[in-house]
Amino acid sequence: MTHNQAHQLRYLGIWLGLVALTVLTVTTASLNVGRIGIIIVLAIAATKSTMVLLWFMHLSTEKRLLLKLLVPIAVCVLAIFIGLTYSDVLTR
Amino acid sequence: MHTEAGTTLETHTDIRETKVFSRVGMWLFILSEILIFGGLFLLYAMYRAKHPADFHAGSLELSRFDGTLNTIILLTSSLTAALAVFATQAQNKPKLAAWYLRATIACGLAFLVVKTFEWGAKFEHGLYPRAAVLDARPHGEILYFGLYFTMTGLHALHVIIGMVALSFVLAWVSQNKITQQRSAILENGVLYWHLVDVIWIFLFPLFYLIS
Repeated sequence: MTHNQAHQLRYLGIWLGLVALTVLTVTTASLNVGRIGIIIVLAIAATKSTMVLLWFMHLSTEKRLLLKLLVPIAVCVLAIFIGLTYSDVLTR
Repeated sequence: MHTEAGTTLETHTDIRETKVFSRVGMWLFILSEILIFGGLFLLYAMYRAKHPADFHAGSLELSRFDGTLNTIILLTSSLTAALAVFATQAQNKPKLAAWYLRATIACGLAFLVVKTFEWGAKFEHGLYPRAAVLDARPHGEILYFGLYFTMTGLHALHVIIGMVALSFVLAWVSQNKITQQRSAILENGVLYWHLVDVIWIFLFPLFYLIS
């Protein structure tokens, strides 16, 4: 197998992983696991988007630290905003 | 730096710098897009915290099959988009890249068709903003459908913009204006397309899988 074919197979493998996670998340949601259901589907969504960012958007091979960390930092800031607001609204 | 060799060196540095700048610009743009949707996700979290039962009820009325189908369509389009970049940069096969781009745009169109049927079904049942049927529902459900139409609508707009951008990229690949050496526009167009996919990855569970 040539180097290029291996790379293409890798892309295909990532896609298969993403589809498998989609099936998993739909299955989990149909199981009525209660309140932790939202945490599970969000964790799967986070995993899927990380896969897309790392391998489809090539952040895994990005050499510039600024570009590598730009989106993760923004997502962390957003998570803090949303998490704090959510808990505030919930406990008020 | 007046010798010929010096000039060549400068030109090379310029090209490399330009490539970095175009990537920096694109990632800053992606950052701003994430913040636009981030504001809406914040709103969603707040209203969901206030009306969990109504959000649950609203989610029951969405077609989980359509949502899953659209997720897989967008994931597939992301694969073909990534392969288009690979075909250009690593394989130097512009015709193959053009076919991957056509496949990506076709997936975008398929996504919009499914979305149109979904929205159409909701409209038929009187579920659209300011409709009498929807206004008679509990407050939380009105908010749920308001957010559903706003967020999936804004996302669909991004799909349309992405398709237009990739159509230009496709034309330039066909005209040999985008080549192995000059592929920054292709790369950025595809990055935008992946961003649209990433946003949908979060919209899907939050609207379709919370019932």
